[in-house]
Amino acid sequence: MTTLTPASEAELSEAVAAAAAVGQPLEIAGGGTRRGLGRPVQAEGTLSTSGIRGIRLYEPGALTLVVAAGTPLAEIEAALDAEGQRLPFEPMDHRALLGGTGEPTIGGAVACGASGPRRIQAGACRDAMIGVRFVNGRGEALSNGGRVMKNVTGYDLVKLMAGSYGTLGVLTEVGFKVLPRPERALTLVLEGLAEDRAVAALSAAVTAPFDVNGAAHLPARADAPARTLVRVEGLEAQAEYRAASLARLLAPFGEASRVDGDAHEALWRHVRDAERFAGREGAVWRLSMRPSDTPGAVGRIREATGADAFYDWAGGLVWLCLPETGDAGAAVIRAETARLGGHATLVRAAAATRAAVEVFEPEPAPLARISAGLRASFDPSGILNPGRMRA
Amino acid sequence: MEMPQPDARALAAKDDLVRRLTEALGPDGVISAPEELIAYECDALTAYRCPPMAVALPRTTEEVAETVRICASFGVPIVPRGAGTSLAGGSLPTADSVILGVARMNQALDVDYPNRVIRVQAGMTNLAVTGAVQGEGFFYAPDPSSQLACAIAGNIAMNSGGAHCLKYGVTTNNLMGVKMVTAEGEIVEVGGAHLDPAGYDLLGLICGSEGQLGIVTEATLRILASPEGARPVLMGFSSSEIAGACVADIIKSGVIPVAIEFMDRPCIHATEAHAKAGYPLDVEALLIVEVEGSDAEIETQLATIKAVAERHSPMVMRESTSEAESKAIWLGRKAAFGAMGQLGDYICLDGTVPVATLPEVLRRTAELAEQYGLEVANVFHAGDGNLHPLIIFNANAPGELEKAEALGADLLRLCVDVGGCLTGEHGVGVEKRDLMLHQYRAPDLEQQMAVKDVFDPGWMLNPAKVFPLSMSEGRRHAEH
Repeated sequence: MTTLTPASEAELSEAVAAAAAVGQPLEIAGGGTRRGLGRPVQAEGTLSTSGIRGIRLYEPGALTLVVAAGTPLAEIEAALDAEGQRLPFEPMDHRALLGGTGEPTIGGAVACGASGPRRIQAGACRDAMIGVRFVNGRGEALSNGGRVMKNVTGYDLVKLMAGSYGTLGVLTEVGFKVLPRPERALTLVLEGLAEDRAVAALSAAVTAPFDVNGAAHLPARADAPARTLVRVEGLEAQAEYRAASLARLLAPFGEASRVDGDAHEALWRHVRDAERFAGREGAVWRLSMRPSDTPGAVGRIREATGADAFYDWAGGLVWLCLPETGDAGAAVIRAETARLGGHATLVRAAAATRAAVEVFEPEPAPLARISAGLRASFDPSGILNPGRMRA
Repeated sequence: MEMPQPDARALAAKDDLVRRLTEALGPDGVISAPEELIAYECDALTAYRCPPMAVALPRTTEEVAETVRICASFGVPIVPRGAGTSLAGGSLPTADSVILGVARMNQALDVDYPNRVIRVQAGMTNLAVTGAVQGEGFFYAPDPSSQLACAIAGNIAMNSGGAHCLKYGVTTNNLMGVKMVTAEGEIVEVGGAHLDPAGYDLLGLICGSEGQLGIVTEATLRILASPEGARPVLMGFSSSEIAGACVADIIKSGVIPVAIEFMDRPCIHATEAHAKAGYPLDVEALLIVEVEGSDAEIETQLATIKAVAERHSPMVMRESTSEAESKAIWLGRKAAFGAMGQLGDYICLDGTVPVATLPEVLRRTAELAEQYGLEVANVFHAGDGNLHPLIIFNANAPGELEKAEALGADLLRLCVDVGGCLTGEHGVGVEKRDLMLHQYRAPDLEQQMAVKDVFDPGWMLNPAKVFPLSMSEGRRHAEH
């Protein structure tokens, strides 16, 4: 297997055009830390964006950041931190869960649409994106959106590129709206709640006007009681006020304790990166559903498979870990999404399992046709990450 | 404004088409009498008018699908229409088209407070969505100026914004799902009460596609808990440059106001004459900055903002201390467009520029206005650089419209040249169609048109919009 590491967008265009001319499939990689996501790619070479890096534009006063796709996330976060700002969507780091060792890049985070706990209040990765440059499967370098945060000029291909796993184009540059880092962050913790009560408590928290931007539930384990987490941020006084108001509001669910400082950072990293399942055997799934539907669905899935679970996004996101036998629980899980709405993604499993099971929720026929049509229109010879999303 | 030659075959089919539509929708669901079609000959971009062949007003998604299938069987293009408030000619008919209006589909279908979502029919007005949930302490965040009249269908088509999107985002950030009728007349659901797509982000693509990828009949929207309170502060400055610098410093301070609105001297004076909001008349630029929260939170945030503003030597700083004062401060801003209407006819532009370039863009705008001998007033969302220059002209004076349009095109090119875009929240429509090649290169637009090919191979939905006619011609005239 060869690895191509072009040093510019122009070189990358040439590499893709050359591959398209001979129908050579390419695996697209940034830092390689999310390579285990999706179906195994059938490719003869790897095209790395790691040579296309650097911060192209950063205007803190306009909350605007434009970066080359191969830029390490750590470099971006350090630059933002120096100005008291951050990426709004709290990108997940997949290394703990998938066991990778590379350096995550911004292009990889975007290609996988890696949104973390703050998604419920600050939006997803795609919501923070204001522009992209990418090379499609014809080797054409294209641009969509730009560097301003309000832009409805033409179709929004920016959103389409987020979470398309490199199957529509190879990202070379991404523009973001960034946000100030708050003065203060703290989390209220309720202990010992059953899952349906916990989701009810999270619902009460996010439907109150206190800008809750983290709402998770970690069910009990042998070594720890169940913990329900509600995060607030803001100016010092604002965060205090919000925490006090929420503690009163949540009193019917129990007395809330507080976590802040380093323990607070670690707690939300635990949620964001699904650390509960790091280093543990089993297939890992991610379910996005209507929040109030998830405790029931999890109960039925657990009964059938023995799954362990935890909840983010006020209950709207469920992470499951269950034995990787047969279809790794796909039929049981997808019976719930089919009945209640939402979708399930197989995040971690052996390559053979990910090749045999639909990793992404199957789409109804008319939407599947549209998706296949889009894939063909961006990458007519099917050389970019073939098989990554759909067989 | 050049529009394509009407298709003779489509025109010839009118009687049969109207008969079939009437069978499907009932006599009150179809308009075809010439005198009644006049109501649909334009939207809020009134400079361009063209009555359609007929208007279909379905009541259900199934009727929309039936309408689409009937039109397709005659090879007749469809122009979808929400409330007709587009400032970009987004629902301007072609002579050979059927307008498909969703105005009769205006009901809230399901409100789910614990999960913070509402499902509505797409003809519901923007403000009615908030109206349906505010009793329970919720609101729908995107708030375009036309929110009393504009429909969710059009908000989705244009990805509408509003004054408060600095904090809450625009339509695409608050839209969770749609029910849509495809160009083939098939009913599909994209998204729902859950977050994020199962595969490609089709919802993100549909939102802002100006009714060219399908006809949205229902929407699932995020609703949010209403803030405990909100309060604006009004500041006046001796120059637009200083006001612009103040905006950047406020944003850098770590406080994100829900709105930062900017008005320049011509706009302040016109507004004050009309609305008598008590605005200072001796300043060159005025900012309205609003923050939300409890009383204490508002105090904290305003203290930070005022401290930042003091560094820029404001001529006026007026913090609202009551509901009535807040209303007065917003009164002028909300009346601004109406006030400008008193001065004459106007074209409202919508380009966005990087915030750092605001002073330069405002200076160039004034220079260009002087060159053209036309008055331009500026009122806009400063936090996100979304400009709304209003070009005042006299529509009855020969050549003035053309002159105003030429100035408008120059101003939009300026927005692009400093790193911005042609339209921040109104959409391309017909108005900015032919400027698209100033912002994008041909291959960029080809890829966008290839997306339309996937959804609407026959190019039957909202034809002659968004893309330069010269670029879309082959596709629009292909035999299908």
